Amino acid sequence: MYKADATADNPPISAFIAISASGFLFGLGLAISGMTNPAKVVGSLDIAGNWDPSLILVMVAGLGITVPSFHFILKQKQPLFTKQFFLPTRNDLDGKLITGAALFGVGWGIGGYCPSPALAALVSLNTNVILFCGAMLVGVVMHHFLMEK
Amino acid sequence: MENFTPVSAIMGGLLIGSAAMLTLWTTGRIAGISGILSGAMFPKQQDTLWRLLFIAGLLLGGAVYAIASGGLEVITQASPVMTVIAGLLVGFGTRIGSGCTSGHGICGIARFSQRSFVATGTFMLAGFITVYLVRHV
Repeated sequence: MYKADATADNPPISAFIAISASGFLFGLGLAISGMTNPAKVVGSLDIAGNWDPSLILVMVAGLGITVPSFHFILKQKQPLFTKQFFLPTRNDLDGKLITGAALFGVGWGIGGYCPSPALAALVSLNTNVILFCGAMLVGVVMHHFLMEK
Repeated sequence: MENFTPVSAIMGGLLIGSAAMLTLWTTGRIAGISGILSGAMFPKQQDTLWRLLFIAGLLLGGAVYAIASGGLEVITQASPVMTVIAGLLVGFGTRIGSGCTSGHGICGIARFSQRSFVATGTFMLAGFITVYLVRHV
């Protein structure tokens, strides 16, 4: 899925600081947006009920940053602290993409969590969050052993 | 729509977008959490460290907000059994579909990736239909 890391950079420490800071901002944003609360996410997917459009607004605001900034970043020769961009190269539509996205969407609707907010909510030590994250990891492990050779 | 929280949604969304921007700009990586997580669990290259650091930052972000605001509001409505089924579907489905809300929804669409447009449309639609079936049928 990703370009082989052939020119294997030995990234400077600044790259690791930047990636940690990115994760931190990401988690903070998720918590501020309220997406770490499954009831809020399900309310945002409940268009036939008492619809809460917050999730849509979170995505639109996020894209408001990424759409213009990615355009300029990807015109650069290389990232700031590493030697190359690691971008998905596939552009074909296949059954796996759609099946996987559909299965994910069903789980998202049932549990009210996609992967990032579930992880960011672990700090709550809520039993259902821990259960969800545990099952999610098992799902990744199942995929690894069933679908990858 | 009395639960609509536009200000916090926009603030949170801007931070999430900024985090994805910073990830790509500084390290050339896509901030797709399901991919970062699975790559850390089953390494293919020597890139486990940055993945773990990103996830640690994510957890810390949630923790700092929880401390600053006096706790993270987490209200779950699914039973434990349904929660486990949901987790399995999310873990398995995001791997089959090569991404989740962050990788496809926030980063892939910004790259105008055809696959990400289709995946995002599909999981949003599946989420809407699932919640409709759970709540209104």
